[in-house]
Amino acid sequence: MCDQTFLAIVFGPCDKCSKEKPLRPVYIKSEQLSYCSLCVEMMATEGLRENETLASLKSEAESLKGKLEEERAKLHDVELHQVAERVEALGQFVMKTRRTLKGHGNKVLCMDWCKDKRRIVSSSQDGKVIVWDSFTTNKEHAVTMPCTWVMACAYAPSGCAIACGGLDNKCSVYPLTFEKNENMAAKKKSVAMHTNYLSACSFTNSDMQILTASGDGTCALWDVESGQLLQSFHGHGADVLCLDLAPSETGNTFVSGGCDKKAMVWDMRSGQCIQSFETHDSDINSVRYYPSGDAFASGSDDATCRLYDLRADREVAIYSKESIIFGASSVDFSLSGRLLFAGYNDYTINVWDVLKGSRVSILFGHENRVSTLRVSPDGTAFCSGSWDHTLRIWA
Amino acid sequence: MTVTRLDQGQRYRPRMAFLKKIEALMMEMQSPDTGIKTQTQTVMVASIPHAVTGNDILQWILQRLQITSEEALHLGDLFVKYGYIYPLQEPKNLTLKADGSLYRFQTPYFWPVQGWAADDTDYAIYLAKKNIKRKGILEEYEKEHYNMLNQKINYKWDFVIMQAKEQYKAGKERKKEDRYALDCQERAYWLVNRTPPGMQDVLEYGVDRVTDPNENKKNTMEAYRREIMYYQQAIGKTRVKSSVSLGGLVKYSEQFLSNDPILSGCLPSNPWITDDPEFWDLNAKLVEVPTRMRVERWAFNFSELIRDPKGRQNFQLFLKKEFSGENLSFWEACEDLKYGDQSKVKEKAEEIYKLFLAPGARRWINIDGTTMGITVKGLKHPHRYVLDAAQTHIYMLMKK
Repeated sequence: MCDQTFLAIVFGPCDKCSKEKPLRPVYIKSEQLSYCSLCVEMMATEGLRENETLASLKSEAESLKGKLEEERAKLHDVELHQVAERVEALGQFVMKTRRTLKGHGNKVLCMDWCKDKRRIVSSSQDGKVIVWDSFTTNKEHAVTMPCTWVMACAYAPSGCAIACGGLDNKCSVYPLTFEKNENMAAKKKSVAMHTNYLSACSFTNSDMQILTASGDGTCALWDVESGQLLQSFHGHGADVLCLDLAPSETGNTFVSGGCDKKAMVWDMRSGQCIQSFETHDSDINSVRYYPSGDAFASGSDDATCRLYDLRADREVAIYSKESIIFGASSVDFSLSGRLLFAGYNDYTINVWDVLKGSRVSILFGHENRVSTLRVSPDGTAFCSGSWDHTLRIWA
Repeated sequence: MTVTRLDQGQRYRPRMAFLKKIEALMMEMQSPDTGIKTQTQTVMVASIPHAVTGNDILQWILQRLQITSEEALHLGDLFVKYGYIYPLQEPKNLTLKADGSLYRFQTPYFWPVQGWAADDTDYAIYLAKKNIKRKGILEEYEKEHYNMLNQKINYKWDFVIMQAKEQYKAGKERKKEDRYALDCQERAYWLVNRTPPGMQDVLEYGVDRVTDPNENKKNTMEAYRREIMYYQQAIGKTRVKSSVSLGGLVKYSEQFLSNDPILSGCLPSNPWITDDPEFWDLNAKLVEVPTRMRVERWAFNFSELIRDPKGRQNFQLFLKKEFSGENLSFWEACEDLKYGDQSKVKEKAEEIYKLFLAPGARRWINIDGTTMGITVKGLKHPHRYVLDAAQTHIYMLMKK
């Protein structure tokens, strides 16, 4: 496991406002100071200082960018496919639809697995959120949201609640109850409030905290019980479309992707962006960590999926083919990280060999865009949701 | 109250990178040297130039992109659905048939555009023109659209009717072949942009975006400042050689290959394939006897051990034997503090201090002086992450 995730975090009085908060380094006239995230925000938005012009800022940014590229290039000594040459090739690969879940009356937009490896929650354009036992294909719960386009949904780690949101700009948590006469909507709790649509949400390691991403360009961490905003993450220049939490036990990071073509890695404690990658040619629709937490993959509207190594701090692989023209909407790794499953807007799912960079298989079946794709918690299957109103389990 | 569309300033169509790629292929397909060989066909009494058969299209795609015929047919079918190629004999059936059915390339004027959707006014003119040509020719759904547009853009209606008449007159003066071609092109365009009921609307793209993808927001002061701040801290970051980190990724995947059910199968069987859930029963969270594969995973790295509830249980027993059980309990208490209820942070932190950290505490844990110092200082203003340093120290200790 990678020790790089043990980020040193400083607590203490901010050098500017003196409040006790998590701090991060800032540089003023070559001096390093420690600011809290609020003061960092203020510094970013303040006007021109002495001897500064728009042009001078631009050239400073560009020269720093050049320096960063230099530093990265110094350690770029080998390519992934070269290291992977000695790895055994994969054998024959057959995957078929094993279950088809029908019941949504409109486009399926998002889905998530329960930790019990068989239940899933899915949400759709007409506002319906359904919890299924996908093994038996029975619907166990259903709730209708007061908004359409429910683009995000998540299962709580305990399996006792679900979270969802979309055009209502909120993330709401519904406890799951098995009592016959209980109305699920009655116990609903509104947790997150953004100023624009909710595009993604995820529980952290417990039922008590939720991480959200929104069209308003920010991500945020919320306390479920009180609805309090614990930390906000600013930096994307456009709508944020996806996020994923790092799997590591001690890692406190997550990655987000947006319409500004950037994938950004954040420290959950300080709100700081610790790494940023801008190599895609179009919107990033989906990001997912490699199972070890040392890398992540992204799926983009530019029809490519890419792998970014966090320790080497660069893009290390591109998964693309000239015949794959339509954007990738959703990606996920198999349990060992050897396979990358990607759902595309041309209704297909492509399976990639992560290490060798080649496409292993193409799966047909859906009759409209594949909008969401997740591998089950124990890696026995993956589920794809589509605009054709159905979800399919493949194994 | 159902919120169907809150206007919160979302206005912009998303980037559609695939459009340019299809256009490039379309140009190639029509290129005199490398493209498809076209032929002149006689349809009804008009002779139509530049027609191609469905099979020609399929073969060209197969050969050009080096893919299977299933993929080529699927891709070609999408080209037809998006209106880049239209069928001549069954105009309303936007699918690619791998036989002698005839198709033509749509003129670039009628290609889908990222920047805007097909205009209501243009559609009204088209329908009005159709109506003028032969009264009662409009289909049901077209009649509905027509009436709806009449209400929606009523203030422009004189203009619409005038334009329709003009276009109809101009059309009559054209040669029969040209008129026929234009009619086909227009019809195909509107089939794609105003889909009839029962047909899939391929141009639907979901929700509008908040920021304009065609506008470059990078030239603001704030954007530059943020960039500078990011680069400054990124340059100083420690990086690892590619050979080392990539080696790590490969090693991880090799190590877990046998545990990956999709690649290596699972015993007794994959429940999704055989409908037998025994695999799940054998691997239940706190099962009496964990399977051999599961126990092997615990040896891979410490994270695997502590993440698996059964593994953690066994580890706790082991620690008890070594008289250091409080380390794991402390770690679990810290996790609870980090991810638990925000309102209880203060009291939880205090409890943890009393139980594990205070001098003479009942379950005192052994951490070094510096870490203890930072922790005690932080506890004066309890925060969710105040015990991070101590937790990390204990985690590393347990790892050994």
